[in-house]
Amino acid sequence: MSENLIRIKDLRVSYKTDFETVRAVNGISFDLNKGEVIGLVGETGAGKTTTALSIMRLLPFRTGRIDSGSIEFKGIDMLKVPDSEMRKSYRGEKIGMIFQDPMTALNPVIPVGDQIAEAITHHNKEKLNKAQVESRVEAMLELVGIPAFRKADYPHQFSGGMKQRVVIAIALACEPDLLIADEPTTALDVTIQAQVLAMITELRKKLGMSMILITHDLGIVAQVCDKVAVMYAGELVEQGTLEDIFTGDKHHPYTIGLFGSIPKLNEETDRLETIDGMMPDPTCLPEGCKFSPRCKHCMEICKQSPPVEFIDGKHRIACHLYAAHESN
Amino acid sequence: MLRTRNNNTGRAGKKQSAFKEVFRRLRKNKSAMVGLCVILLFLLVAIFAGVIAPYEKVINQNVKERLLAPCSAHPFGTDDFGRDMFTRVIYGTRISLFIGVLVAGASLLVGGFFGALCSYYGGIVDGVIMRFMDMLTSLPSILLSMCVVAALGASMQNLLIALAISQIPVFTRMVRSSMLTVVDMEYIEAAKACGTHDGRIMFKHILPNAMGPVIVQTTRTISQTILSAAGLSYIGLGVQPPTPEWGAMLSSGREYMYNKPWLMIFPGIALVITSLSFELLGDGLRDALDPRLKD
Repeated sequence: MSENLIRIKDLRVSYKTDFETVRAVNGISFDLNKGEVIGLVGETGAGKTTTALSIMRLLPFRTGRIDSGSIEFKGIDMLKVPDSEMRKSYRGEKIGMIFQDPMTALNPVIPVGDQIAEAITHHNKEKLNKAQVESRVEAMLELVGIPAFRKADYPHQFSGGMKQRVVIAIALACEPDLLIADEPTTALDVTIQAQVLAMITELRKKLGMSMILITHDLGIVAQVCDKVAVMYAGELVEQGTLEDIFTGDKHHPYTIGLFGSIPKLNEETDRLETIDGMMPDPTCLPEGCKFSPRCKHCMEICKQSPPVEFIDGKHRIACHLYAAHESN
Repeated sequence: MLRTRNNNTGRAGKKQSAFKEVFRRLRKNKSAMVGLCVILLFLLVAIFAGVIAPYEKVINQNVKERLLAPCSAHPFGTDDFGRDMFTRVIYGTRISLFIGVLVAGASLLVGGFFGALCSYYGGIVDGVIMRFMDMLTSLPSILLSMCVVAALGASMQNLLIALAISQIPVFTRMVRSSMLTVVDMEYIEAAKACGTHDGRIMFKHILPNAMGPVIVQTTRTISQTILSAAGLSYIGLGVQPPTPEWGAMLSSGREYMYNKPWLMIFPGIALVITSLSFELLGDGLRDALDPRLKD
């Protein structure tokens, strides 16, 4: 179980246009073992999706660039794999991706069965013939809880939750080693969210996959993940096991802020706490700690130099608060 | 059992329904239906021209019967070589429809291919192809066709080439702009994430989603091409006599215009009706394919 699957080291990604350079991901590192689930949490614009697209090497090709760092998948440096190889044996085959919005992630003019079949035939290792592919498609649909006879239906004939199931079926069709789920439940309503999540978890266990779950819903993280990484302005401000993040006593002020914005069942509160201010503009990030302009505990040093990571076992916090505390 | 049966009927049924839906909406549009019926009628006439009259009547000259007014034996009269105008107009349908459909089809294929390349790859590919197309469009299309025919020589084949060259830029632009609206959709990214290769994404995923305006443009192009072909034949650069082409018939009837008007009236009417029918059908298709006008 502890075999390493993917290791990201100091990844930096930027989007360059003629007018500005958006530094979307600024040196993040994490690794994920086989069978584990890591939750990537953060506000909109924190660089979560960019991280996912970097792993798939699907950044918009005229603007997006991986500036430095490495992505190692099963010991292979993904940034050196040629694009055709990437397409043939990684995208869809070893790494599957579930997209955020099922309404737009399916092609409206192709029946869903054909869209699933496409993923299978592209990576046809077992040399399945047409009939076998069809039966595989039917099996995939049944797996995600859609009656097989609906494979000839077009996406507009399905509801949102059903569409997301189809998207999941496509992502799982080749039984990838790693599943990247980019906010798989954001577009769904709460009851369907629970169903879809339970299904993803079950299938993941059945097929023994690892997963990177991108979300801003901490409830989902608590339900599904083994590890959590909190992203802010393209950096990982805190990462650790689920217990570290949810029950540990030391946290990054941003994580505390995130948790403060969820209502608690056992306390009576009138208003939820919010984090004042906005995410910094990624075209001109503040010096020092990126969170310092919004931080309640901001010290002089925070504005000058980037924080040193405080490490406690698997729990890492990038904050001067604890580094200073340690050295005292 | 139930499932397999559903499965079989389901597929055929669903495939039809998209087409059925468009047809249902097209049927509400009276003028488009008239256009469609006329086109079908002309198509039948073109296919069964040989059954209606033998081709010899079109070619063989008969001096005794020259320049007869419309009568029961010759409903459209005869021309200056004594050939039956009715038969000539009927065989003319064959040529005009053939030219129209072939040119529109060929320019759709070539223009569509370049348009797809432009929209999908963008950048320098887009720049080079589109600037070349700009060069072609900067010349009036009839002038461009005349230049090509003049350079290659007047024949049916060269006429087709000339007309297609002047239509290719139109389709390139059309397909490009219509595909650009689809290229950034999430399902295209999803297809990439599945490991689908570029060609398949372009032609299987993007193109069908961008087909609506292109289909309309195709019917319009057929009508325009029929007119341009007639125009070129009229000035002697297109189909050569004695082949019964409407434009060429107009041209040869010109000198008898005042005394024997049927030499120009009947080919002219045939030309107008055909081109009008395709325009009407194109209009109707545009409305039927537009999801915003759903009713």
